[in-house]
Amino acid sequence: MLEFFKTLDRRWIFLLMGLAVAIPILTEAKFPESAGSLSQAVFNEIEKLDEGDKVLLAFDFDPGSEGELGPMATAFVRHCCEKKLKMYFMALWPVGNRMIEENITKVIKADFPDLVYGRDYVNLGFKAGNEGVIKIIISDMVQLYTTDAAGTAINSIPMMTDIDNIRKMDLVINVSAGYPGTKEWVQYAVTRYPEDIRLVGGCTGVQAPLLYPYIPEQLPGLLAAIKGAAEYEKLVLDKYGHRDTDGALVEQGKYLEGQRRMGPQLVAHVLMVLLILAGNIIYFTERRRGGQR
Amino acid sequence: MKRNVPLLVAIIAGFVMIVAYFIPYTESWQDKVSIWFDVLASIAFILGGGNLLKIQLKKISEQSAGWGYAVITAASFLVMLIIGLFKIGAPPHQNYLHMSWSGDYSETGTPFWWLYEFAFKPLQATIFAMLAFYVASAAFRAFRAKNVEAFLLLGTAFIILLGRTAAGPYLTNWFPDWMSGLRAQPLTDYLMQVFNTAGSRAIMIGIALGTASVSLKILLGVDRSYLGSGDE
Amino acid sequence: MKNNSMMWLIVMIVGAALLGLRWTLASHGFGKAYVEVTEETRYRIPGEKVYETDDPIDMWVTEAAAAKSGVDTKSIPADRIRIRTTTEGASYSDYMTAQSATPPAGGAVPSTTRYEFSVSRTVGIWFAAFMTLFVMTFLIGDNPFYKVAESIFIGVSAGYWMVVGFWSTLVPNLLAKIWPDAIRHWAMPGLSSYDTNEWLYLVPLALGIMLLWRLSPKGGWISRWPMAFIIGVFCGMRLITFLAADFVSQIRTGIVSLWVNAPQLAADGTVMHDAAGNVMTAFDFWLSLRNVFLVVGVFTCLVYFFFSIEHKGIVGKTARVGIWFLMITFGAAFGYTVMGRIALLAIRFEFLFDDWLWLIDPKGVHTIADATSLVLPFFGLG
Repeated sequence: MLEFFKTLDRRWIFLLMGLAVAIPILTEAKFPESAGSLSQAVFNEIEKLDEGDKVLLAFDFDPGSEGELGPMATAFVRHCCEKKLKMYFMALWPVGNRMIEENITKVIKADFPDLVYGRDYVNLGFKAGNEGVIKIIISDMVQLYTTDAAGTAINSIPMMTDIDNIRKMDLVINVSAGYPGTKEWVQYAVTRYPEDIRLVGGCTGVQAPLLYPYIPEQLPGLLAAIKGAAEYEKLVLDKYGHRDTDGALVEQGKYLEGQRRMGPQLVAHVLMVLLILAGNIIYFTERRRGGQR
Repeated sequence: MKRNVPLLVAIIAGFVMIVAYFIPYTESWQDKVSIWFDVLASIAFILGGGNLLKIQLKKISEQSAGWGYAVITAASFLVMLIIGLFKIGAPPHQNYLHMSWSGDYSETGTPFWWLYEFAFKPLQATIFAMLAFYVASAAFRAFRAKNVEAFLLLGTAFIILLGRTAAGPYLTNWFPDWMSGLRAQPLTDYLMQVFNTAGSRAIMIGIALGTASVSLKILLGVDRSYLGSGDE
Repeated sequence: MKNNSMMWLIVMIVGAALLGLRWTLASHGFGKAYVEVTEETRYRIPGEKVYETDDPIDMWVTEAAAAKSGVDTKSIPADRIRIRTTTEGASYSDYMTAQSATPPAGGAVPSTTRYEFSVSRTVGIWFAAFMTLFVMTFLIGDNPFYKVAESIFIGVSAGYWMVVGFWSTLVPNLLAKIWPDAIRHWAMPGLSSYDTNEWLYLVPLALGIMLLWRLSPKGGWISRWPMAFIIGVFCGMRLITFLAADFVSQIRTGIVSLWVNAPQLAADGTVMHDAAGNVMTAFDFWLSLRNVFLVVGVFTCLVYFFFSIEHKGIVGKTARVGIWFLMITFGAAFGYTVMGRIALLAIRFEFLFDDWLWLIDPKGVHTIADATSLVLPFFGLG
C-alpha cells in the first residue's frame, strides 16, 4: 500500500485536482462569504467619495490572471458606476486595454447606459514604458496621453479638460498582476506625493504577501487574490445589489463571479491540505520503518 | 566612441532622473527623458518581435529539430502582425468614414480581436492555469515537515489555505469568544499582518539596498557589464 | 511507452464519447455565439474650424447631429453611409426571444437592432476550446498538440505586443510629435490640427533605429547607445524610488511603540473620558505583543540577511529566529500562490463548461435545462 502511494503516477494527482475544481463548478456549489478588514478598507475608501469625484482605474493585468483579477475589476467598475464617480481608465500592460474594454462593455454599456463616454468615463488605453509612464503622469498627463485609446484628442474630451496630472484624482484604483503594478504605483506615485495620491489595489495571490508592508500607510486597502475579490464583491452587492420583494439578492451572474469561484477554491484547497498530509504520512511512516530496520 | 559614449549617455540620463528629485526646475527635463524612455520601450516590442522572427527563420532554414513548430510560430506571428499593423478588417472610425486607416485595429469583431479573443486569451490563460496541477503534485511529493522551519512553512500554508475559504470559519467558529483570536479569519489576518509583514518588510529593505547599490554602481561607471565585452 | 499510448487512447475515446453524448443531449446545440447588430446612417459634414489656421477634417455624424449642424440630410444622398455595429455579449436567449417576438402591429417602424448567429465567433469558441484542451494534454506528457498550441501562443503574443506598441505609443507619442499633420490625415484624425513639429523627438527616433540595429549581424555596438540610455534612466528612476519607498518608508513604518496604551472603551463601544475630558487609556497587551513581533521579526530577518558576520553565538541565534519569520512568510506566499493558480484553472473550466459545452449557465445566457437534468445525474450529481 505504502509502495503504491510512494510510486503513484503524478497524473492521478492531476486528475484529482481537475475533479476538485470541475465538480464544484458543474454543481455550482456556493459557500457563505464574509469580508475581512482589508476588503472593507478598500470598500470604505471608494464609499467615502462623493458623486462626480475622479477615480483613476489602472488595469494592469491580462488573461493570464483574469481568473483572479477579472471579478475585482468588474466589482470596482460597478461600485464606481453606482457611486456616480468619474472613471479614467488606463493600463500599463499591453493587454490591459482589452481588460478595460471588456469591463466597459460588460458593466457600463450593459447596465449603466446613461453614462456618457467622455463625460462620465474615458479610456486612456495602454502606454509602453512601465513605471516610466507613472513617472510622467504624476506631473504631466497630457505630454504622454495626447489622445484617448480610440485616437480622440485629449483636449476635446470634456472630462479631461481640468486634468493635468493624476494628482487631480481623488483615488487611484489599481488591479495588478505583477510588474508593473501595485508596487510601482506605491513607489512612483504614492511615495512621491503622499498627500495628493491615495491608492487602493487588488492583486494576485503571488504578489499579495509582498505588498503587506505597505499597508496601511502607503496602501490603505488591498484585495488579495480571489478571496479578496469575493469579499469585495459581496460588500458591493450587499449595499447596491438588486433585491426582490422578499429582500433576496437578484443579481446577474457576471457580478457574482468571485463568490462563485470560491466553490472550486474551497474543494481544491482542502485537496491540497490532504495531499500535503498524505505525503508527510508516507514520508514519516517510511522513515520510522527505516529507523526500525 | 563604442564604449565611452554609451557610458556617458547612461550617466547623464540617470542623473537627470535623480536631480529632478532635488531641483524642481529640472522636472521638465526628467519628463522629456521619461517620454523618450517610454518610446524606446515601445520600440523594444518591435525588437522582441524581430528577434523572435530571426530565431524562427534560422531554425527553419537550418531545418533543426522541431523546425515545423518554428514555422507555426513564425506564421502566427506574421499573421497577427500584418493584420494588426495594416488594420486588416478594421472598419474606419465611425466619425471619419472616409479615412480607411482611422479605425481601431483591436475593436471587437475585427480579425485582430478574433485572434486575441480565441487564440491569445485561451492559450495564455490555460498555460498559467496549468501550474495548479503541478503545485498539487509538488505538494504531495516534496513538502515534508522535516524540521522546525519546514513545519512553520507548512503550518502557515495550512492556515492560509483553509482560513481563506469557507472551510476555515466552519472548522474554527466553535472557539469561545475569549479564544476568538484562534478563529480562521482573525488568525489568518494576524499571520499576514504581523508575521508575513515582518518577513516581507525585511526582504523589501534588503532588495531596496541591493537595487540602490547596483544602480549607483552603474551610474558611477563602476559596473560596466551592460556594455558587453569586446568591440562588437 | 505502451502505458502512455493506452492513456492517450483512453483520453481520446472518453473525450469523443462525452462530446458525442453532449451533442445528442442538446437539442439546441452548444458552443454557438450570437451578436447584437445595430445599423445606423451617418452623414458627412464639414469639420469645424476653431482657429483661423485650422485644417479641419470632415466628419460623419448621426442624423440628429447632422440636423443640429444645419445639414439637410435629405439633400446629400451621396454623402451618407449605412454602418453596421456588432456588440458582443448577445446571448442565445436574446436571439431566441427576438426570433419568437411578434412583429409590431401594422408593420410599423422596422427595428434597427437585431440578433444574429455569428459564424466567426462560433468557430472562435470551438478553436479556443480545442486550444485549451491542447494545452491541457501536457498533463499526460509532452506531445505535438501541446507544442502546436505553444507555438501559436508564442507567435501570436509577440505579434500582439508589437502591434500594440506601434499603434498605442510609437504612432501617437513619436511619429505624431515629429509629423503631426501627416499622422492626423493618415490614421489619427482626432489629433489637434495646431500641433507643431517637435523636432527634438528625432533623438528618440534615432535611438530607436539604433536599438533595432541589434537585429543586424554587424555593428552590434550601435545598439549600445540606446541600451545605455534605457539602463541609465532605469537606474536613475530606481535609485531614489527604492530608497524612498522600500527603505526609508519601511524603516519609518517599522518603528512602532512596544508598549501600547489604547483608548478604553465603555460597554457600548464608545471611548471613555476622564473628568477633565481626556481620553482614558490603558495598557493593551495584544497590541503591544503585535508590535513586539513586528519589530523583532524585521530585526531578526535583517540579521539573517547580514552575511558579513558569521552566524554564530548570539548572532546565529537571532538569525535562526529570523529564519522562522521568513519561513512563515514563505508559507503565506505558498498558500496565496496556490489560491491564485486554482482561480486561474477555474476560469478555464468555466469557459469549457459554460461558453463551449453549455453545461452550466451562471451568467444566464443560454438554455441548459435539458443538459443539466440529464448529464449531472449521470455522474451522480445535481
